[in-house]
Amino acid sequence: MKLYLKIWRQKDADSKGQMVDYELNGVEGDMSFLEMLDVLNEKLINEDKEPVEFDHDCREGICGACSLMINGEPHGPDRLVTTCQLHMRKFKDGDTIVIEPFRATAFPVIKDLIVDRSSFDRIQQAGGYISVNTSGNTVDANAIPIEKENADDSFYAAACIGCGACVAACKNASAMLFTSAKVSQFALLPQGRVEATERVLNMVRQMDLEGFGNCTNTGACEVECPKGISLENIARMNREYLQASMKG
Amino acid sequence: MSALISSSIARKVVMALSGLFLVLFLAQHFTINLTSVIAPDTFNEWSHFMGYNPLVQFLLQPILIAGIVVHFAMGIYLELQNNKARAVKYSKFSGNANSPWVSRNMILSGMVVLAFIILHMYDFWVHEMAYKYVEASPEDPTRYYAETVEKFGPLWRTLIYIVAFVLLALHLWHGFASSFQSIGWNNKYSAGLKTFTKIFAVAIPLGFVFIALYHHLNPITH
Repeated sequence: MKLYLKIWRQKDADSKGQMVDYELNGVEGDMSFLEMLDVLNEKLINEDKEPVEFDHDCREGICGACSLMINGEPHGPDRLVTTCQLHMRKFKDGDTIVIEPFRATAFPVIKDLIVDRSSFDRIQQAGGYISVNTSGNTVDANAIPIEKENADDSFYAAACIGCGACVAACKNASAMLFTSAKVSQFALLPQGRVEATERVLNMVRQMDLEGFGNCTNTGACEVECPKGISLENIARMNREYLQASMKG
Repeated sequence: MSALISSSIARKVVMALSGLFLVLFLAQHFTINLTSVIAPDTFNEWSHFMGYNPLVQFLLQPILIAGIVVHFAMGIYLELQNNKARAVKYSKFSGNANSPWVSRNMILSGMVVLAFIILHMYDFWVHEMAYKYVEASPEDPTRYYAETVEKFGPLWRTLIYIVAFVLLALHLWHGFASSFQSIGWNNKYSAGLKTFTKIFAVAIPLGFVFIALYHHLNPITH
């Protein structure tokens, strides 16, 4: 199929970017979206032009590296998939595809379609861990009885790959779904309760410091999340936060 | 406690609680207004009570005004913050693919409701304050019904009120259930709450539209 691509090109973080038009022939429906961009880049290299920079790593939907706003939706029009799992059969011959980086003040563009998502790392570092004594007397985690429902919900929250689609989809560029998943995965387990108060306070403080927007419960994040992280996590974090604030 | 004042979650909780308080007020306001259609004497009686009871006038009324000011001021502040969170906009953003239009445009419906509240306060509250405290007119428990019906005489005012009630419905459609999510209430009853929200968001504004139209079409001619 033949595609008309409109791609954001930006030389570096300090440059002003712009949308650039490309025409691409020979795209197969079996190709993933990233493979389609590989074809474009081969063409650009052969023409002695600068290839389009984009993030990718595992290309099997688990690393969270790939991003891309495709026709106004993070990871494109498909549901519960990352950009690397999006196949070109979702598009048809002659389509125009608009490709932009995830946009948020807290995700500055590094080059072309690559954004700096280290703000997520800093939120995680602010409290997304448990302190476990590893001096030889560590209790086997499986020896601690945990309610099935809590174990399941914790697991679903832990499925978050930190790709940033929630921020990209939110009209306010809010990071509440990401942060709440990282808070919830521990809040639901006895191992996580020990540092629960400081965790939620510190992670929310860091989230605010990074300049993400406020949650207005539109639900766009949940719909666009490639891992199906639920809005229930945001409500849980709100509860955790209010309780922690009263204590602290 | 300091975190509770300055954080994004705390600000959303303030929005939610002030919003829920205004929803309660709306239900009470609607109940009284409905009596103007079915029992004008009761409407006069209740309006007089609300206008002269010291508890209502000097405690509940200032709380209500504070609730309105806090809800709108915080809403505008949060909107400005949200705009800053995405300094460079998308050239293509398919919001309708993942979220309802009403949920993304609360500031728009909210600003229309705010403009309406200002007009509404000018129409009724300013008049009432002038009657009681500036002109120092005597108490008249029978005047409210005729004054209300007279307000809906001009077509332009009735139409402005109706447009505002439609926008109020859109605001409630998202805002009511959303408030519970903001205060951390999301459980097995949430689906029922969303259904109730939709019924409330349609029924109450529609009732206000009915009352406005009723008085417009049935003016006091004597």
